[in-house]
Amino acid sequence: MSAVLSLRGVTKRFGGLVAVNAMDFDVAEHEVLGLIGPNGSGKSTTLNLISGALPVTSGAIALRGSPITQLPAQDIARRGIARTFQLVRLLPSMSVLENVMAGAVFGHRRRWGYEAEAVAQTMLEQVGLAGRGHMAVGQLTYIDTKRVELARVLAGEPRVVLLDEWLAGLNPTELEEGVALIRALRDEGRTIILVEHVMDAIRSLCDRCVVMASGTKIAEGTPAEVLADPEVIRAYLGDDDA
Amino acid sequence: MRLSPTDWRNLTLSALALAFVACLPWLVGNYGLSIGVTIVMYTVLATSWALFSGPTHYISLATAAFFGVGTYVTGIGIEYLPYWTLLPLAGVIGAVLAALVGLATLRLSGVYFVIFTLGLAEFIRQVITWGQNVSGAKGIYVLTSITEAHIYWQLLGLAALVYLLGWAIGRSRLGFALRIIGDDEQVARHSGIHTARAKILLFLVPGSVAAITGAILAPRYVYIEPSLAFTPMLSFQVVIMALLGGTGRLWGPLVGVIPFTFLWEGISITVPNQTTLLLGVSFLVIVYLLPKGFVGLFGAIRRRMGSEGLV
Repeated sequence: MSAVLSLRGVTKRFGGLVAVNAMDFDVAEHEVLGLIGPNGSGKSTTLNLISGALPVTSGAIALRGSPITQLPAQDIARRGIARTFQLVRLLPSMSVLENVMAGAVFGHRRRWGYEAEAVAQTMLEQVGLAGRGHMAVGQLTYIDTKRVELARVLAGEPRVVLLDEWLAGLNPTELEEGVALIRALRDEGRTIILVEHVMDAIRSLCDRCVVMASGTKIAEGTPAEVLADPEVIRAYLGDDDA
Repeated sequence: MRLSPTDWRNLTLSALALAFVACLPWLVGNYGLSIGVTIVMYTVLATSWALFSGPTHYISLATAAFFGVGTYVTGIGIEYLPYWTLLPLAGVIGAVLAALVGLATLRLSGVYFVIFTLGLAEFIRQVITWGQNVSGAKGIYVLTSITEAHIYWQLLGLAALVYLLGWAIGRSRLGFALRIIGDDEQVARHSGIHTARAKILLFLVPGSVAAITGAILAPRYVYIEPSLAFTPMLSFQVVIMALLGGTGRLWGPLVGVIPFTFLWEGISITVPNQTTLLLGVSFLVIVYLLPKGFVGLFGAIRRRMGSEGLV
């Protein structure tokens, strides 16, 4: 099992605050890795470091062995790491189809014209939005905006997909659909890092979990293992319940 | 690049329209022709301005800087070089200047860019004034046999080029990238778009075009001096006209330029001191009534008629 993405001693400081402290982990091909931990533990910051949204203070990140630590976000995206945002970000002046084409035209695999449009249509079908390409993004429901963002990310055929709380804010029915959608991606053999709070989703989707607390990795293993770990329970619930 | 039947129809219609307006010098008198020159000049400037500022929402006030540099290319160059080399030369110098400005400022956003571009015209003007004080020369005489009709035709040719370029960019990956950047720069970066490079590349267009426009118009002024060539009023007029027409469509600035030019002329003739007032009122109209210009207004009317089953 070779690592597609590996982090070694990755650290992020904001002045005196250490938001991410010497993170080490690998993601293997076709693996779904859950990055979990209490609020403010540095999960989203870690994702921002991998995707190049924030510069790394020290440490090294490598994609298939080649370093991407100091690259700007657009180069990281082109090399094949694509992400969604914690607060959904769509392109408001464009149609649903054009939103998805943005990924197909400028992502890891770059296409143009009819080919890009065809890829975008396929991705819309895959996320359950077939036939809605002409709609304005303002007309969509909340879960559909999330689907569009996911389709845009997938359209560039990335090697690694980063999902930043993609399931947050969904109602129970939508959550079921959302989990089914990510499971379908997993069954396709995509490599995914998932920052998530929804425990059921983590149990059913993740091959492995990395648990963070106060910027540091405190546990790593299968979901069942880490969720039974006393230190993880302490991090989530405090000392009395451990 | 494959062209659809609609593309061919639009191209043919545009060519016919161009041929028709090219006959203007034979159809109207001197005064009509001078208004024609003004309209085509502002169409060129406002359309090329909108090509960059429309999708990116960066308000550039550097038009006067590029324009002034262009007039001086002709003013100084006419003594040493054949006239036909001056326009491409002005274009190249304008593009280089735009690239430098872009490299220095486009990484920053919003207000910084606006202030820098406004300062740029003033800066170049001061440098040239200083140069004149040192050398003892005041203005420059540009004496040529170029007539108003020649200037008009050159500007028309440039306008055709700008429209073709704008149309080609609109169909290109660069055009798509800029629309994405205009919507959400962070999404653009994370989708793999080199945002700084795309913006700088497109900024070359208004820089180069404004410099060529200045070079074409220099013979019309006969005598050029820094305060005339680098007047900040030009930059503001271009912005107002482009926004009044609307930057959402390639033809948008044109529908702002035509009424604005006639209004400006009318006011200049009757109450010459009130042109600044027109600029201010237009600005208020744009902000309060026409945020998307005439283009947005047409779109709204068409939608309303469509919803009532009239179209």
